[in-house]
Amino acid sequence: MVKAQIPEKDKVVKPMEAAFRVTRLSAYYGAKEALKDVTLDIPKRSVTAIIGPSGCGKSTFIRCFNRMNDLVREFRIEGEILYNGTSIYSDRVDIIELRREIGMVFQRPNPFPKSVFENVAYGLRIQGISRKSALKETVEESLKKAALWDEVKDRLHGSALSLSGGQQQRLCIARAIAVNPKVILFDEPCSALDPIASAKIEDLITELKKDYTVVIVTHNMQQAARVSEFTGFFMLGELVEFDVTKKIFTAPSNKLTEDYITGRFG
Amino acid sequence: MRKSALNKWTDRSFFAVGLIATLTGLGVLLILLTDVLTDGSGRLSWQFLTSYPSRRPEEAGILSAWAGTAWIMALTGVIAFPLGIMAGIHLEEYGKKNWFTGLIEINIANLAGVPSIIYGLLGLGLFVRTLALGRSVIAGAATLALLILPIIILSTREALRSIPFSIREASYALGSTKWQTIRYQVLPAAMPGILTGTILAMSRAIGETAPLITIGALTYVAFLPASPVSAEFPFINLNGLSDAFTVLPIQIFNWVSRPQKGFFANAAAGIIVLLTITFLMNAVAIWLRHRYQKKIRW
Repeated sequence: MVKAQIPEKDKVVKPMEAAFRVTRLSAYYGAKEALKDVTLDIPKRSVTAIIGPSGCGKSTFIRCFNRMNDLVREFRIEGEILYNGTSIYSDRVDIIELRREIGMVFQRPNPFPKSVFENVAYGLRIQGISRKSALKETVEESLKKAALWDEVKDRLHGSALSLSGGQQQRLCIARAIAVNPKVILFDEPCSALDPIASAKIEDLITELKKDYTVVIVTHNMQQAARVSEFTGFFMLGELVEFDVTKKIFTAPSNKLTEDYITGRFG
Repeated sequence: MRKSALNKWTDRSFFAVGLIATLTGLGVLLILLTDVLTDGSGRLSWQFLTSYPSRRPEEAGILSAWAGTAWIMALTGVIAFPLGIMAGIHLEEYGKKNWFTGLIEINIANLAGVPSIIYGLLGLGLFVRTLALGRSVIAGAATLALLILPIIILSTREALRSIPFSIREASYALGSTKWQTIRYQVLPAAMPGILTGTILAMSRAIGETAPLITIGALTYVAFLPASPVSAEFPFINLNGLSDAFTVLPIQIFNWVSRPQKGFFANAAAGIIVLLTITFLMNAVAIWLRHRYQKKIRW
C-alpha cells in the first residue's frame, strides 16, 4: 500500500519504507523564507545526510521533524510532513510524544549541569519512571550503545561537564537513546569536535542505523559520504538534489550539486 | 623594554589602588564594629536578651524587639520568596512580549528604587486600614514583603536569563513539557543566583525602620507575639500574626534618642544583636546556595 503511493520520481527510495514523507514544505521566519517547496522521503533504518552551504536551510529543515522550530517566535510552515502516516504539524499530534519518538543531538554538546547518570536518566524521570533499578539498567544500556560506558562507568556521579567535548556529545547521544526513540536527528554533531572525536561519533552513527532512522545535517561532505546512504543537497532553501549518496558523490545529475561537492563554491 | 616597564608600573599601581579601595571598606567596617563592641559588649547578657524595655536602662532588655524582628523577617521571607520567584518565572518564561508586560517590567524595575517610606504609606493604607489587619505582625511583614518583592523578581529573572538556551533545547528535545524544563533544569541551575538576590533583599528588609514606624509599629512593647508553636493540637498557633510588635532598628533608634548614658550602651548592644541576626540569616542563605551549587555540576 505504502509503496504504491510513492511517486515515480522518488523511485530511488522505493525499496525502503519511508519514515518521513515531506511534501511541498516551505518554512518562514517572519517574512523570511528559509525553505522553499521541499519534497522528499526519508527512508527508515538508514542514514540520510543533508548537506549544503551555510544558511541553506538544512538546520531549519531537520528541526521541522521534531518541531523544535516551535520554540522560535514567528516561525511557520506550509506543506506537510508525514511521520508514519501522521501529519506531525496537525493539531492532534502530541508534541511531547513526538519528541520522545524523535530524538535530537545538537551542534554543540549540551549536557545538563548534572551528573552523567542524571543526564541519561532525565528523559525517563520526566516520564515518571523513578525505580532505581530500572533507571540504572537503562542508563547503563544507553551509555553502552553510545560507546561511552567504559569511559564513564567509574564516574557516573561526577559532573557531565567535566567530560571532554567528544564524550559530552556521546553522552548527549546516550541521553537521546535512553527514551527509546525511533528516529535520531543529528544537527551538525561534529562541528565542535576534533577529528578523532568526530570519527568516534561517525562510527556510532553507522552502528545506530541498525535500530534507528538517522538524519544528519553536516557541512562536512566527506562525513556525509562516509556515513550516509542517502544525501539531500540544499541550496538557498531549496532541495537541489536528493539521491543515493554514492550517486550524489560520483554522478550527480545537477550541475550545482557537482560544483558544490567538487568544492567550486561553498 | 620601556614599554614593558610601563606595563609593570601600571599593573602595580592598579593593584595598589584596588587594595586601598578594598581596605577602605573593610577599615570603616572594622572601626564601626570595634566602636559598637566596646560600647555595647558590657551590656550584653542573658538578662538583656530576655527582658522587656524599661525606663531604667540597666533593667531594660531587647526581648520584644528581637522576637519581633525574628517574626517579621521569617514572615517576610515566607511571603516574598515564593511570590517573587513565581512572578519572575512568569515574566521571564511565560509572559508574552507586548506593551502590557513591557509596562509591568518597567514598573518593577522602578519599584525596586522607590523609597521605603512610600511602602510604609502603602502598607498603612492597604494592610492596616483597608484589609483591617491593624498594627500587626502580619501587616508589617506584608509591607516589607512588598518592599523586597521587586528585588527578588529582578534577581530571579536575571538568574533565569543567564541559563543557556541550549539547556532548554536539550530538555524539550527529550519530550519535556515547559513546566518540567523549568522545574527540573532551569530553576535548579538558576537557584544560586536567585538566593544571592534574596540575601541582599532580606538584608535590606531587616534594617528597615521607616515603613514599620509608618504602619504603626510600637516603640514600647512589653509583651511578645503569641508563640507560633503550642503544646496542644494542631501545635501551630497563628494568633501571633495579629499581635502588635516592635523590631530591633526601632528599639535601637528609641534608645539612641534618650539622654541617659545607659541607654546609649543599650543601643550599642542592640546593634550587636541586630548584626548577629543579619549574619545568621545570611549564613543560612549562603549555606543553602552552596547546597544548590553542589547539586548542579557545572
